[in-house]
Amino acid sequence: MSDTTDTGPVLAADGTPLKRSLARALRMQKLRALMLIAPLLLFVLLTFILPIVDMLFRSVENQIVSDTLPKTVAELQEWDANSGELPSEAVFAALAADMKIAVEEKTHTRLGSRLNYEKTGLSSLFRKSGRKVKRWDLAEDAPFKEKFIDIDKDWGDIEVWRTLQTYSPKLTNGYFLNSVDMQKGVDGPEARPENQQIYMTLFGRTLFMSLVITTSCILLGYPVAWILANLPSRTANLLMILVLLPFWTSLLVRTSAWKVMLQQQGVINDVLVWLGLVGDDARLVMINNQFGTIVAMTHILLPFMILPMYSVMQTIAPTYLRAAKSLGATNWTAFWRVYFPQSVPGIGAGSILVFILAIGYYITPEIVGGTKGVFISNRIAYHISSSLNWGLAAALGTILLAVVLILYWAYDKIVGIDNVKLR
Amino acid sequence: MALTPVTPQTPGFTAAASAAVGAFFGLFIGTAQGSGLLGILIGAGLLAVLAFVFKTIVKQEKPARLAMLLGFGAVGFALGGVPGLVVGALLGWFFGWYIFFVGESRYRQTLAPYLTPGQVLWHYTFRVICGAIFVFLITPILVVLPLSFNAEDFFTFTPEMLQFKAEGYSLKHYRDFLTSSDWQNSLKNSVLIAPMATILSVSFGTLAAIGLSSEHVPFRRAIMAILISPMIVPLIISAAGMYFFYSRIGLQGTYLGVVLAHAALGIPFVIITVTATLVGFDRSLTRAAANMGADPVTTFFKVQMPLILPGVISGGLFAFITSFDEVVVVLFVGSAGQKTLPWQMFTGLREQISPTILAVATILVVISIMLLTTVEMLRRRSERLRGMSPQ
Repeated sequence: MSDTTDTGPVLAADGTPLKRSLARALRMQKLRALMLIAPLLLFVLLTFILPIVDMLFRSVENQIVSDTLPKTVAELQEWDANSGELPSEAVFAALAADMKIAVEEKTHTRLGSRLNYEKTGLSSLFRKSGRKVKRWDLAEDAPFKEKFIDIDKDWGDIEVWRTLQTYSPKLTNGYFLNSVDMQKGVDGPEARPENQQIYMTLFGRTLFMSLVITTSCILLGYPVAWILANLPSRTANLLMILVLLPFWTSLLVRTSAWKVMLQQQGVINDVLVWLGLVGDDARLVMINNQFGTIVAMTHILLPFMILPMYSVMQTIAPTYLRAAKSLGATNWTAFWRVYFPQSVPGIGAGSILVFILAIGYYITPEIVGGTKGVFISNRIAYHISSSLNWGLAAALGTILLAVVLILYWAYDKIVGIDNVKLR
Repeated sequence: MALTPVTPQTPGFTAAASAAVGAFFGLFIGTAQGSGLLGILIGAGLLAVLAFVFKTIVKQEKPARLAMLLGFGAVGFALGGVPGLVVGALLGWFFGWYIFFVGESRYRQTLAPYLTPGQVLWHYTFRVICGAIFVFLITPILVVLPLSFNAEDFFTFTPEMLQFKAEGYSLKHYRDFLTSSDWQNSLKNSVLIAPMATILSVSFGTLAAIGLSSEHVPFRRAIMAILISPMIVPLIISAAGMYFFYSRIGLQGTYLGVVLAHAALGIPFVIITVTATLVGFDRSLTRAAANMGADPVTTFFKVQMPLILPGVISGGLFAFITSFDEVVVVLFVGSAGQKTLPWQMFTGLREQISPTILAVATILVVISIMLLTTVEMLRRRSERLRGMSPQ
């Protein structure tokens, strides 16, 4: 037994120092865990995260102008929009050359509709000019300035050229400005005319209605969660079914149920008329407005409020309330000073969840919201499928996503994602 | 269950408490018949007299309650036919129960002896409020079920339905659903898409959940955040992103595209349920298996899988229902060839609104009830296995 073996490193069975051996085992364990996670992570990244990142890029992407009219964009760099003069003949010649190619590839109409989002009339201008330019000969028909203005006097309008110049860079913040009711002006961003301002109202309404829905969910969910947490477990489990059944029922089933109930010839109005509370000729309008959206969405999101509240309230011992009362607290004080503060985490978790779900809702507002009760999501869907202004849809979506992600982050900080429970 | 010894209430108190309830119901029946005030007076008077009689003259509970049920039923039938009979009988049963509930002080029995009258009153008021909220939660579903048997193309109860006449009811909307090619196609698409998406999300999700629940995972929080995000990101944004991206790579409007999209949406549910099950999983079992010479694959299938199977199945059911009910993403990522049941319902609700939707809704509710029952049974079983629940 020499001293060296006593003070030397402890060895594992295979002769390596134990410390290193343990570190290797830990590394292997980490690697194994990561290998198990990797396929799913890759799957989610490819099918879900990548599309969303792609959408984020689309909200600033603006390659179409410089791709379709490369020479014109280069020539237009020189032009000073504030000079009050039309661009030089060189720009017009470049435009003629670009248009000729664009017409052959039939891309000029797409450019026209892109620029039409920024200035109305440009779509028809490009289509009209395309037809004429097709017949021109680039070598012989110069100069082009007069000819373009002959086709349409809009080519002599400085505003048209200014728009073209403003939107010639490959990246633009135009869509984002548009989605906060602003536009690119001569000297940077400026507010849109009042009659074109719709998005701030829409964002405001989305936030306001989500808040109302969250509040009504708290008001309706709190008593239910309380009674579920305080009843004997057999009864509570039975009543829980009443909460879980709507949770499991198809969203469309519930939305159609509300449509059926709230209609003017619907069940609620019929009952009110039968009871004589409302005249037959004065049936209440409860659908296709904000009221309909709020009622239906409160009903749909209520289980998401009740379940987290319930799981928090289950952990609050009923003895605290009794102790408070036996020490002389009134009913209200005992509830407000003892019980309520302990249930706040549940309210927080439920509220953030409901709010996150509410601001992104699409189906229910679309069906029962009419025009006054729609959310920002409905506008996004409109821009994707009807107006085809995908850039604007992406910009609106990005803003909405940012709000949701901030809330998601808050939820993670407050509740922890690991604690999300589906009961 | 009797916590508090009680003595029966005086006839006067019983009569007053009954009068209050009678006035409440009288108000509604009165307004329906034309005069609210008269209804209140008649209701309050009638109930007060009945309560007084039951307390002082007829003291046997069973005959008294039966008489209430029959008497109110008969009056209801005379006033409003078959629906009147049902409403009347229900009211009669309730009033009979209520009079004895109050008169015999049964309401006090189950509560702690030290409560003040005010607290007792609040206790019951609170229960009534909660009851109303439960009704709010469940009514829309209860309304859809009977309406789907409507013989007319209306979305409300017809007089025939309220009189319980056979001709008011029919299965024609169900027949519509079964014969219309639109609905059948969409049903077929749903049945083709949802199981595939479920298989994808369950197989990837279970593996990842096992990885996530081991002790040392680097970046656990960040990975978790990414994997849960499909549940949090608004569907319209997921739909928009997938639409743009999938059209770029040629997946938009294909079966594969929809399946991939739905699988991504179902993953959070699988992760959440399976990691929750794994919390109670005893890790030494896998070590024991390895010790006895089982390779990791055998260990997984013979030891770990059977124990976490309830969680995996409920995760799968969640993923299935997510895909089966999903409409926003399929609306954008799919094309007419992938029209699913919810999509067909959505178009139906927006455009040509037909009661066939209610028949479909009823079928979906029945499916949800079956899934819910399965999930609840699995949850209780796994809680019992882990000794978390005494039942």
